Amino acid sequence: MEENSEQVRYAVYITPKRGVLDPQGQAALQALKALGYGEVDDVRIGKYIILSLKGDGAKEERVREMCEKLLANPIIEDYEVSME
Amino acid sequence: MAELYEELGLTSEEYDSICEILGREPNKVELGMYSLMWSEHCSYKSSKLVLKMLPTTMPHVILGPGENAGIVDIGGGYAVAFKMESHNHPSAVEPYQGAATGIGGIVRDIFTMGARPILCVDPLRFGDPSNPRTRYLVKGVVAGIAGYGNCLGIPTVAGDLYFHPCYEENPLVNVMCLGIMRTSDIIKGVATGVGNAVILIGNRTGRDGIGGASVLASQEFDERSAEKRPSVQVGDPFTEKLLIEACLELLKGGLLVGLQDLGAAGISCACSETASRGHVGMEVHVDRVPLREEMEPFEIMISESQERMLAVAEPEKVDQVLEVCHRWGLNAVVIGQVIEGNRLVGYWYGEKVFDVPVDSLAHGPTYRREARKPAYLDEVQSFDPSTIKHPSDCNQLLLQMISSPNLCSRRYIYEQYDHMIQLNTVIYPGSDAAVIRIKGTSKGLAVTCDGNGRYVYLDPYLGTQIAVAEAARNIIASGGVPLAITDCLNFGNPEKPEIFWQFTESVRGLADAARALEMPVVSGNVSFYNETYGEAIHPTPVVGMVGLIGTISNRRSIAFPQDDLLVVLLGQTFSELGGSEYLFYIHGITAGNPPSIDMDVAKRIHATCIEGIRRGLILSAHDCSEGGLGVALLECCMAGMIGAEIEVETDLEPQEWLFSESQSRFVVTVQKSKLELIDELAKRRRIPYSVLGKTGGNRLRINDWVDLDVGEAFQVWDQALEKILS
Repeated sequence: MEENSEQVRYAVYITPKRGVLDPQGQAALQALKALGYGEVDDVRIGKYIILSLKGDGAKEERVREMCEKLLANPIIEDYEVSME
Repeated sequence: MAELYEELGLTSEEYDSICEILGREPNKVELGMYSLMWSEHCSYKSSKLVLKMLPTTMPHVILGPGENAGIVDIGGGYAVAFKMESHNHPSAVEPYQGAATGIGGIVRDIFTMGARPILCVDPLRFGDPSNPRTRYLVKGVVAGIAGYGNCLGIPTVAGDLYFHPCYEENPLVNVMCLGIMRTSDIIKGVATGVGNAVILIGNRTGRDGIGGASVLASQEFDERSAEKRPSVQVGDPFTEKLLIEACLELLKGGLLVGLQDLGAAGISCACSETASRGHVGMEVHVDRVPLREEMEPFEIMISESQERMLAVAEPEKVDQVLEVCHRWGLNAVVIGQVIEGNRLVGYWYGEKVFDVPVDSLAHGPTYRREARKPAYLDEVQSFDPSTIKHPSDCNQLLLQMISSPNLCSRRYIYEQYDHMIQLNTVIYPGSDAAVIRIKGTSKGLAVTCDGNGRYVYLDPYLGTQIAVAEAARNIIASGGVPLAITDCLNFGNPEKPEIFWQFTESVRGLADAARALEMPVVSGNVSFYNETYGEAIHPTPVVGMVGLIGTISNRRSIAFPQDDLLVVLLGQTFSELGGSEYLFYIHGITAGNPPSIDMDVAKRIHATCIEGIRRGLILSAHDCSEGGLGVALLECCMAGMIGAEIEVETDLEPQEWLFSESQSRFVVTVQKSKLELIDELAKRRRIPYSVLGKTGGNRLRINDWVDLDVGEAFQVWDQALEKILS
């Protein structure tokens, strides 16, 4: 997407909540161990989303709303929002 | 402790009774274990007396209720194990994971018995589909079933789906699984042999579903349910697949004494149930349980982490057991042993943390709840359907009916499921029952599930009888002979006398219908507290049924197979619009008496259809039920893209003839030359039948009431659900 002054970018990190089983992370953990990386103790796999929003000024509230409604599953996932 | 018990869902009487059993106050671990094991979900404390009405023994029943699943002999050295369960409350909180872990749980119940799971069936009930939350729930639940089931490689071959506002906040997500086994391979969830090792296999334990059984499943939903969310379990189908293979290998090698899956109440439940069945005690070293995170002993004992099994093995076979599990990439740890006596004793790094009588945990209290006939019944039953004004355009009405959320094609749902995997499915979803061939034999199995909550709401006894009869007709129309029943009984709060009356009447209907049709109920599940803000769902018993097809080539589809066949109705249509889909969808009315059923007539009509199919006289067959004869005829046309000319004389109004939901009817096709034999068959069994017309062309014409292009109708029917849900 074209960069311009009328745009603001947010980074959203989504991870499985602490304590919630992460089958994908567990599969990666097993595979890493099988490859000889015995030092790996745990793997948690999440998502990194970049949002480009029209207009300037902070829109964190809106982004959090998007996370609650669509981008994350607040029942089993945590999310962090930061402006880039 | 005394103030904790209420929060854990125990009553003060129950707490007193625990103190009496122990001769002291329970500690935190014990209280946690009792609170879960004595919850309605685990103990069946309100339902077990009522369930005694059900017929459970018949010559072909190998194992009835009480174990993880019922087992029925299908001849030739084979048996099938099957059961239905609910995952309603977890699915209301997190639809994807709720539905997914529901599949995981029922599949474990099946391979725990030594059977290889070969199919799943998913009955679903949701609120008004115009509500965005309903659409969110439908999509999440269906995706969860698909996600977990497809990964496991077990086909989802059948199901049913109803929408009614009463399920708005409390959807019903039931699931049935069936497995096949050699009769010699049966194993039970039993611990025996003092000194034998108790082995925990599978996923590590985390805080999943802590308090799930008592907090989630046994209390009504209210505003606080959002706070209970962290206890939702997350499913891992790939580990489950490994568990299936590892456990079946362990069983085949004769390495186990007993095997039990871990579900509600986790290790507490598995240990106490296996020990109780084996009349032994058990010692558990809680600190040996592999963990995902740091946890307290009470959390470990009640955690409902998924994909775990408890095995009992003789000491000299333990190494082999561990080797098999490790080869499949699974954790397996000896966490305890079978001991003399009758106590379940737990240690945490050598320190005793619980010590309770096994049976007191496994069996819980029993209640005789008060039952009172609900006041609404007289009012709804006094409604007279003949007072309504019918819209006159039957053509338009029929098109409207087939686009109703309850009658339109379920393709949008079942095409998300893998219904072909394992390559045994010979009649796909969308017919009356799914048919699966049994590899290595010429036999097949027909499976279906049925349960019209509206009928049961209007008359619990009659409505539940109808559910059994309809399931039987679906099996028979597919070419099978009904073998046995499993059920999932979904009701409101049993502490309310009106709800308990519904439950009792419904079970009585189930028992009477099962006896009349000579079928045992071999397994099942009760789900109470299906309420939102104090308002109960329609009482919804769902009947799962399995039938045997002696020769797989004798299976039948609903589709009109070719032109120029006679369309015959076995049975009779009465003016019975009470509780019908027509009343509900076209007129917005849920009232009246459900259609009547005479079990003696039903039996004779069933026998006629079975014999007609076996002798090759009946070429296609369709159970005529919801939506009535008009919808049934159109379904037969659309399934084979062949039209029909129907000419009938009747005293009924056209709308009554088209949409009455009279019971014990089959729409069948026969060759003209074979009509005489059908006539002879019907006379011998003293059943009413009539020739409705003949197949052919590409239009369905019914008198001068209906004239529809089958292809155009198909478009409407086929795409309705997708439109409704998008």
